[in-house]
Amino acid sequence: MKKEQVPQDLGPLGKITKEVCYATDSSGKYTTELSTGWEVKKEALDVAWQDVKARIANAKQKVLNGEASPVLFFMEYRLMDAGILSDYTGFWRWRIKRHLKPEVFKKLSEKKLQKYADAFNTSVADLKTMTVHEA
Amino acid sequence: MKLDFEHQQSAHCESGVTSSLLRKSSGGKITEPLAFGIGVGLFFCYIPLIKINNGPAIAFRTFPGLIFKRTCNALGIPVVRQKFSSKEKAEAALMQCLEHGQPAGCQVGVYYLSYFPREYRFHFNAHNLIVFGKEEDQYLISDPVMETVTQLSSYELERVRFAKGALAPKGQIYYPGDVATISDEQIRKAIIKGIKNNVNQMLRIPGNFAGVKGIAYTGKKIKRWRDKLGLQKAGSYLAQLVRMQEEIGTGGGGFRYIYAAFLQEAYAYTHQEELLDISKLFTEAGDLWRTAAVHAAGIYKGRLGSQADFDQMGDYLIQVAELEKNAFLALKQIKW
Repeated sequence: MKKEQVPQDLGPLGKITKEVCYATDSSGKYTTELSTGWEVKKEALDVAWQDVKARIANAKQKVLNGEASPVLFFMEYRLMDAGILSDYTGFWRWRIKRHLKPEVFKKLSEKKLQKYADAFNTSVADLKTMTVHEA
Repeated sequence: MKLDFEHQQSAHCESGVTSSLLRKSSGGKITEPLAFGIGVGLFFCYIPLIKINNGPAIAFRTFPGLIFKRTCNALGIPVVRQKFSSKEKAEAALMQCLEHGQPAGCQVGVYYLSYFPREYRFHFNAHNLIVFGKEEDQYLISDPVMETVTQLSSYELERVRFAKGALAPKGQIYYPGDVATISDEQIRKAIIKGIKNNVNQMLRIPGNFAGVKGIAYTGKKIKRWRDKLGLQKAGSYLAQLVRMQEEIGTGGGGFRYIYAAFLQEAYAYTHQEELLDISKLFTEAGDLWRTAAVHAAGIYKGRLGSQADFDQMGDYLIQVAELEKNAFLALKQIKW
């Protein structure tokens, strides 16, 4: 890539910092050039977030329908899978899968709920009601 | 407390941290491309069985932690690396390091990294930064992908040092041990070693999933994604490929441009004419990766989507594989 071809499309990162790209100058020698972003990869990131948002909405609906517990909603909201959540809470994966059932979730002790709340960086009250405060 | 440390922005976090931590002893000679090349950074790997963020696990670079380790090994520098089970001990060790005047490399997770834009915060635990001081409760941070220095409170730093999930950093800190001055001859030898190892890593690694074979393998798989996954999921997979290839930290073209820059710098130390021509092959490879990314964007944005479009996408990767194979074969044939 030549230095003047380094794209300068404004991406989400470009608002905070420019990023270093390696490119060649007119004599073919490598140098670095700062870039504010590239449309192609901004769109790739958009696709990833659309998928995340769809999964969050889907999880929310499942909880409202009584098919899943709020743990599922917060897992999607925090982009976690059972493995990551297991590492944060110390619960085995199969227990987390059980806690995804609304009837099991309802009987969880305050202590266990607190572990989930900590892992999701929220409070027990907000965990139960699927309330989020961040944009 | 603030150590005498100059922040330098780089493309990729680990090679940037390596370059910065070695700046004093090398007199600035270990640039980012040299760290990347000596550290045998260039790679390709696609593991269909492992999913990351519900997409395929694809890497264009070597396993996290290896660049620093291999660069130091090749230069004959001892590596100090500590992991911790206790958060208190992790912070104490970091403070001790700073008190001895040693800036510390830290592996961190980006999900809770407060100065990163929200769009970039996934559960990715192999980010690297340098801590070079503490003022009141704020740690002074040199994050290689940022233009300027940043800060994290002690709580924020603890949270990212103890992020959980795959590749959990476990409070890891690392820095070069006692270093005498690094000579040009040491650098020359380290470059040759790095190139030889990278040739092996890309040409001789067993199995279908990795190295240049892995690129062609992925190309063949992509041709079947449309039928197998459906258009939408196939698009998401391609978006993941492009993110791994182009997102912050690659320098563009899936690290191929950094590697091309490395070969030019390697020429200055080894005077092997071939390196300059082979460098151009890696530039071509990087360009072709980016052409493929533009095509992929056509698919995930819905402008393209026929089977012929997927065949074309797969063919790009097969072409890249051929190109990189020839480039590495040429490197293999150099008589040092």
